[in-house]
Formats: sequence, structure tokens, C-alpha cells
Amino acid sequence: MSATVAIQSKPKRSAEPLTEPAPVRWLLIGVAGLFLALFLFLPLAAVFVQALEHGVATYFAALREPDARAAIRLTLLTAAIVVPLNLLFGIAAAWAIAKFEFPGKSTLTTLIDLPFAVSPVIAGLIYVLLFGRRGYFGPWLDAHNIHIIFALPGIVLATLFVTFPLVARELIPLMQTQGTQEEEAAAVLGARGWQTFFRVTLPNIKWGLLYGVILCNARAMGEFGAVSVVSGHIRGLTNTMTLHVEILYNEYNFAAAFAIASLLTLLALLTLGAKSLVEWRTRRMAPATDEPKDELAS
Amino acid sequence: MSISVRNVSKTFGTFQALRDVSLDVQTGELVALLGPSGSGKTTLLRIIAGLETPDCGTVYFHGEEATNRRVQERRVGFVFQHYALFRHMTVFENVAFGLRVRPRRLRPRRSEIRERVQKLLELVQLDWLADRYPSQLSGGQRQRVALARALAVEPKVLLLDEPFGALDAKVRQELRRWLRRLHNEINVTGVLVTHDQEEALEVADRVVVMNAGQIEQVGTPEEVFHNPASEFVLNFLGHVNVFHGRAEGTKAIFGSLQVDYPNGANNVNNGSLTGSLGVRGFVRPHDLEIAVEPSENTLLAATIVRIHAAGPQAKIELISELGESIQVETSQERYRQLELAAGQRVYVCPRQITIF
Repeated sequence: MSATVAIQSKPKRSAEPLTEPAPVRWLLIGVAGLFLALFLFLPLAAVFVQALEHGVATYFAALREPDARAAIRLTLLTAAIVVPLNLLFGIAAAWAIAKFEFPGKSTLTTLIDLPFAVSPVIAGLIYVLLFGRRGYFGPWLDAHNIHIIFALPGIVLATLFVTFPLVARELIPLMQTQGTQEEEAAAVLGARGWQTFFRVTLPNIKWGLLYGVILCNARAMGEFGAVSVVSGHIRGLTNTMTLHVEILYNEYNFAAAFAIASLLTLLALLTLGAKSLVEWRTRRMAPATDEPKDELAS
Repeated sequence: MSISVRNVSKTFGTFQALRDVSLDVQTGELVALLGPSGSGKTTLLRIIAGLETPDCGTVYFHGEEATNRRVQERRVGFVFQHYALFRHMTVFENVAFGLRVRPRRLRPRRSEIRERVQKLLELVQLDWLADRYPSQLSGGQRQRVALARALAVEPKVLLLDEPFGALDAKVRQELRRWLRRLHNEINVTGVLVTHDQEEALEVADRVVVMNAGQIEQVGTPEEVFHNPASEFVLNFLGHVNVFHGRAEGTKAIFGSLQVDYPNGANNVNNGSLTGSLGVRGFVRPHDLEIAVEPSENTLLAATIVRIHAAGPQAKIELISELGESIQVETSQERYRQLELAAGQRVYVCPRQITIF
């Protein structure tokens, strides 16, 4: 009897087995905090301080300047073309990889990651080699008066290449864990392919998809290396925002450079906010772990 | 609607899931496909549903060939092992799905859909949960939603893949009885896949025992239990003791016990062996009797190792002189009357012995 009592009486609550002593904890938190402050918050603040150094008027004047407006337009246009294309490609690739068996499936999975492994500059160079004046298709394109390199199509292609894993990578694991059972159930109930996609598959992946799109958009607007190679840096024509920042900076026009940079920074902050919102939604939608007890009424 | 399956085979890579299987299910019948995992029972069910295509063979629905009919057009109800409920839809929307995806001219009016879903939810006793999401339900409730969803399209055939496999024992038993009652009420042709022999014997009108992609036996629960067609069926439907004896003419001899063995003569005539032939006799634990004194029915002598008497029957574990373990089940009265104890030497007599 006494043994039972001894087991039932709770031992004195000590620290969790995996928790370090307080000084160690504070040291670790302090190091992480200091690091963040030095390398993230300080530069972030510096961007806005520099941009507004010569007053609000100079700041807005820099943004209204025609070349700056052209750069902003070009960046927005590029993102508007690239993001929908990657959305379609991402869904198609993830669908194929997660729900079918076909030869070359593992190769496709590996190839999707290629842009992550290749330096963006190389990605840009590939397109110059293919479509540039001395590239494989250059003479033919010239003869037909089609401009790819040093024009919008080249910028779009380079951005597409760099950003195409983002949506697919987000969806593949999600669709793999969800399996094909719900699609099978829909088919047995008489749903056609497109009904199954819009009523069952898409609602199940929508938050993952949105997350992928947000990341893809941020990367498309912020891309520098690949675009720099194919754009040709023509002011007011083929300069994206990132390239424009570089040009202004090289001309010692710091206030204007930081004004454009602050827009990109704002975009990053917005992306971060949207990303946390989506993550919060996904967590809330996740199935409850504690399910109610079974009881049959009859 | 009756279902006929003729000479169906199916291979997945190098694994042959079904070999030349033929089966008939009558209209209104509830048939259980029973077998261990990998026996091909789920593959057969999925071929009937149209979720798999057979490599060869044909499927007939009501005498009409349906092998190439698409899954959407077969109008079967299918209940998945893990329910496969649409997780982003409420219980109500799940059940209404099959009606909502119909082409416009076949789709019932909104009010009609509402009414029918309501009725189905009442049938499965879940009308009070219509607005919940699947993640908020228990396993048993999810299973009943899955059933209501399958019934919403008014299928002529209801296919159930291990419907109670993921539930705990008590809920499983309740749902089993409930399913049987429901089947009698709505009168559809039903095929149920299970690896639980108790479930198959209790629920089904007929049981199809499958092994390694083939059908071992088809029969009523009584037939397959009392007259198993093969050693596999006998083994699969419950524990069985094996005794080694020898055949002499039309007799099989186990120790001092002689039983009729009409096949024995054939074996001797056909085989090269002229003398005695080894045979194996199978006896279920409840067909073995324990006696304190030897008699002419005695199969062998054994020692009691363990007695497990907490239950409707007393289970007694014995060990023979050859070191074989023997399981006996006897009534509580008989057990008390014999005053058995571990370590005691007793004599085992079979009431019925099966030889293949």
C-alpha cells in the first residue's frame, strides 16, 4: 500500500530534462538576439534612414523620376507574367509527381531543384548563349526581328528559371502526404476530372499554394544576378528595380538608390507578414489531434 | 444488382495480386471477402469498383459487361478504409457531394438535396453533426459519414474496404451489427473486405476466403467454419491443433485412436508408397475433450501447462510427450467438474478430427 502511495505522490517539479540552466539559456538567447540586431534590424533601419536623409520631398521625387517609374513598371510586369506561369507549372509538376507513377519521375524531381543549385548568373548566361546575338538561335531571331536578350522576354525567361522551383517545392510534400484517396472518393461519387480538381484537390492545397506564390513573387521582384546578365541595363527600358538601385548607387546618388531600395524592403516586409498570416491559417486548419470519443446513439 | 467476376487477374510490378479469380454475388446479398493482407481481396474490390483495371478477365453488373465502364459511370458506393472524407467540407457537404457534381439535368434541386442529405444523416444517426468538419469527429462517426456519403448517390452496389479496421474493438462490434441491420433495411448488394474472420462470419450472408490471389472457398459462414475446404481455410478461421498420425488403408491412426480415412486408399494406390503414409489431423480447441482416465477415444496423453479460466470458456494449454503444444477450450462447468490444475497429467480425446 505504501508503495502505491509513494508512486502516486508527484515528485517535486524540477526543470524539464532537456532544459539547460538559466545562464546558458540567457547566453544563447542573447547571442541570437545580438546577431539579429546587427545583421538584420540595423541594415533594415539604415535603408530607411538613408532613403529619407534629404527629406521626404527628395524621397518622393526619386520615386517619381521617369527612369525609376519605368523600373518599377518593368518589375511589376515581370512578376505579373512569371508568377501565374509558375503557378500553373508548379501545380502541374506537383500533381504529376505526387499522384502518378511514371518513368523519369525521380529525374523530374531532381531537375526541379536545379535552379536552387545553379548560380543565377549562370542561369542568365545560359539564355545569352541560347538567344544572344552570337548564340545558337541568335541569327535566326535577328533575321525575324525578335528580341529576347536585352529585352523583356529575356528578363521574364531568366526570372522564370530562377523562381520555378518555389511553387512546386511547396506543393509536392503537401500533395504527397494527402495522397489520392479523396480524389478516388470523388471519382466513385461521379465527379469528373475537373470537378475533382476544383472541388477537392485545389481546396486542399490552397494555403500551400498561396505560400508558394508569395515566395515566388518576392523572389521574382528581388532577382538580381540572372536578370543583370540578360537585361543590358538600358535605362528606362530594361532596368528592373534591383538593377536601377545598382546604377543609382554607382552614380553616388545614394538618396535615390535607397529610396528604390526601401520599396523592395517594404515588399520583403509585406511578404513576411503575408507568410506568417498563411502559416497561422494553415495551423488553424490542421486537423485537431484530440478526437472525441466514440459513442453510438442506438 | 448482381455482380459477376470472370477469370480476373491483376499484377502489380512483379507481384501477382489476383490469379484467375471468378466470383458471383447475387442481388441483395452481403458477401465478405476474407483473407490475410496480400491475399488480393482489396484489389478484387477495387476492380469491381473500377478503381483498378484488371490485366485480363471481365466484370459484369447485372449481366452487362462493365469491365471498361469508367468509375464515374459505375454508380457504386465505396467506403474507404481510412474514410477518405473531404477534409475541407462539413459533414453535410461531404454527403451532398455526390448529388452536387451531377450534370445539371440530373441534379436534384437544392431543397431536394438538403432533404435527402438530412434523411441520410438521420439514417446514420449523425444529423446533429451536420455542420462539423471531419477532423472534429471520432473514428466511428467518420465511418458513418463515409457510409452516408456513399449511399447518397443511391448505389445499387455498396463496396466496403475494411470498414471497421481502424476502430477499437467495442465500437467495431457495435458498428458491425448496425451495418447488418442497415443492409437489411436498404437492400443493396454489398461486398465487404475484411481480415477479421469474426467480422466476416457475423455480418455476411456468404464468405469468400482468399489466399495468395486466389479464392480458397466460398460458402455460408456455417459452411466455411464447419466444413473448411482446405487447410488454409481451417487455419485462418481460428486456432487449430495439428496431430501427426499415419494412414493404413482407409483408416488413419493417431496413437491408439482409429478414424475413417476414405482418401487413404487412393493415396496408397496412386503413390509409390505401399505401406503406411503420414497424415495430419486437425482439431479445433473446442472439439477436444479432456479426461482424467484413458479410454478407447484417447488421442494422446499430455500435461497441463497453463489454465486461463477468465472468460466464457476455460482455455487450457497442454504439452504432449513429444513436446507439441495443444490448446483446449472447455465449458466452465466441465472445467470445475474435472478439478484440473497445472502440472496434472490428462488424456485428450477429439470429438471431431479433420483430415485433408
